[in-house]
Amino acid sequence: MDTSVATSASKPILSVDHVAVQFGGLVAISDMCFDVHEGELVSLIGPNGAGKTTAFNVITGFQRPTRGTVTFRGTSLEGLKPHEVTGLGLVRTFQRTSLFEKISVFDNVLIGLHRRTSPSLFGTLLGLPRERRAEEALREEAWETLRLVGIEHQANEAGGSLPYGDQRLLGVALALAANPSALLLDEPVSGMNASETSRFIELLMRLRKMGKTILLVEHDMPMVMKISDRIVVLNYGRIIANGTPTEIQNNPEVIAAYLGGGVKNA
Amino acid sequence: MKLIASLLILAFFATVPLWLQDQYYLHTLVVTGIFMLAAMSLNLLLGFTGQLSLGHVAFFGIGAYVSALTSLGFSVTIFGMPIVHEPWPPFVGLIFGALAAGLCGYLIGKLAFRVRGAYFVIVTISFAEVVRLVSLNWVELTNGPLALPGIPPMTLGFEWSGYLTLWGKAQNYYFVLAVIVLTYVLIRRLVYSPYGRAMIALRENETLAVSVGISVTKYLVLAAVFSGALAGLAGGLYAHYIQIIDPMIFMFLNTVTMVIMVITGGKGTLAGPVVGGLIFGIAPVVLRSYVGPEVQWILYGVLMILIVFVLPEGIVPAIERWFNRGGASRSPTGRGASSGGSSGDGSALALSGSGKGNS
Ligand SMILES: Nc1ncnc2c1ncn2[C@@H]1O[C@H](COP(=O)(O)OP(=O)(O)OP(=O)(O)O)[C@@H](O)[C@H]1O
Ligand SMILES: [Mg+2]
Repeated sequence: MDTSVATSASKPILSVDHVAVQFGGLVAISDMCFDVHEGELVSLIGPNGAGKTTAFNVITGFQRPTRGTVTFRGTSLEGLKPHEVTGLGLVRTFQRTSLFEKISVFDNVLIGLHRRTSPSLFGTLLGLPRERRAEEALREEAWETLRLVGIEHQANEAGGSLPYGDQRLLGVALALAANPSALLLDEPVSGMNASETSRFIELLMRLRKMGKTILLVEHDMPMVMKISDRIVVLNYGRIIANGTPTEIQNNPEVIAAYLGGGVKNA
Repeated sequence: MKLIASLLILAFFATVPLWLQDQYYLHTLVVTGIFMLAAMSLNLLLGFTGQLSLGHVAFFGIGAYVSALTSLGFSVTIFGMPIVHEPWPPFVGLIFGALAAGLCGYLIGKLAFRVRGAYFVIVTISFAEVVRLVSLNWVELTNGPLALPGIPPMTLGFEWSGYLTLWGKAQNYYFVLAVIVLTYVLIRRLVYSPYGRAMIALRENETLAVSVGISVTKYLVLAAVFSGALAGLAGGLYAHYIQIIDPMIFMFLNTVTMVIMVITGGKGTLAGPVVGGLIFGIAPVVLRSYVGPEVQWILYGVLMILIVFVLPEGIVPAIERWFNRGGASRSPTGRGASSGGSSGDGSALALSGSGKGNS
């Protein structure tokens, strides 16, 4: 079932193995299996309600699967809490709010950098130089992260006061600050205009160059087709296709699903 | 700017005993300071993590009793085993009181933070009630309703330096003032560190905070330990200053007083409980000459409702906003992102409310 072409013979960094999720009688995901390899950019697409966000929730520990397991870098994520999953280097953004609205952009990123420091409590309380230096270094890293996504000019604005596109960028900055080796983005360009989207694509390209593995949920088909190494198509909680953009575009089942379910931009 | 203002205010309070000769007023200020300290500790939980402890007086009372008993000595029989404790210096008692209250904060935190919100409120209320009942019924240890009299006043110093016993009101005033300043600095450092940011992040949006790797239990329990220990410290100060305590110390009204101080002053700001503490510590003295105690409490209620109605975030954030109106810095966090010297009062990130429910 693994049709990865972008990566040659590397072992998967993330494996979703026979995962199923039920909410009462509703089957949100049934028997989902797919792998993501190191450095790959994989898109998870499907009509509304297909189970994409639920898949993210399972992978990042926010949702216990009814069945199945997720493995990241050889570690089973079973029973791990979300912050522990993040601790392994698997970080996600959220489809809706992915920023602290009342907090400044800069402090948002500082919060995101939480995982980068482990200050001693007593050093902090005593105001030791070591902790001050660590804090300075952290602030420098926050600037770097802001510059990477290109919102350094709004550092002092409250997160919630940014234009919508920049809010989405801040969400990514927050996740990036947590130093992920694999980044899960849930509809990062929804609501962005064309120029914002192309700026975002450039950011994704930069992240790829940095070696980040990316799993992307997105409805913007032109973008998905353009940037993905591989696409996993979900419909009614079931994977109906897994392949390169060309393969997916020509897959009759995908076409049928998309004609049947009204997908934006499809 | 802010530092200078703070130092000026501090200098003013340092001069108070020099010109305020009235012992009763000085006494009021000492008690006000002690409750201010308790309010500061409550603010750490209520303001910075967003968890409402309605049994906060339990930590205060535990600090008071532990400190008192440590310095008074006691002998009790537990399961047929006699335990005798010889009196230790009051200062050791004070530290033990804070430690005991901090330990209780740890246990309550571990127990209650699994499920938060209303559940935490109920657990803290019940905890305070249990502790009150223990203090009332374990007569052998606490003297029950007969009160624990003769608690020695605070004594500072070491063998080599000689001792100073705080008999007078002015001495106690300065000691409490020093503890408040120290506590303020410690809380400020905590709030402006990754620890404080984690707490604020959890308050603002728990789901998102967790997604960047912040452990809910670790930071909420930490806040509860700190908050408990500081409240215990305040309780210890109270015991050695008043020199007699009884189970009335656990009355719900004391918690309510702390909550009112925090909310009117501005929860989640460093200066909030200080301002709220001053207002609601001094108000009783002003009102006492005019109206009876029952009417007083009604007036506090009205005052609080008025303040919260007019300034929903509390006094300190309102004043800050007023000052910043004309200023160049419109930074919503009040501290800006410049990597240079940052001054701020902790209303940094300290905006109330919470947003949950990501998908
Ligand atoms: N917590 C929940 N309780 C009950 N049902 C849920 C829950 N979360 C999701 N669902 C249901 O599971 C299904 C999949 O939802 P999910 O949010 O994963 O879809 P999605 O693919 O992300 O859709 P969209 O493109 O609209 O974001 C939907 O039918 C949804 O109503
Ligand atoms: Mg979704």
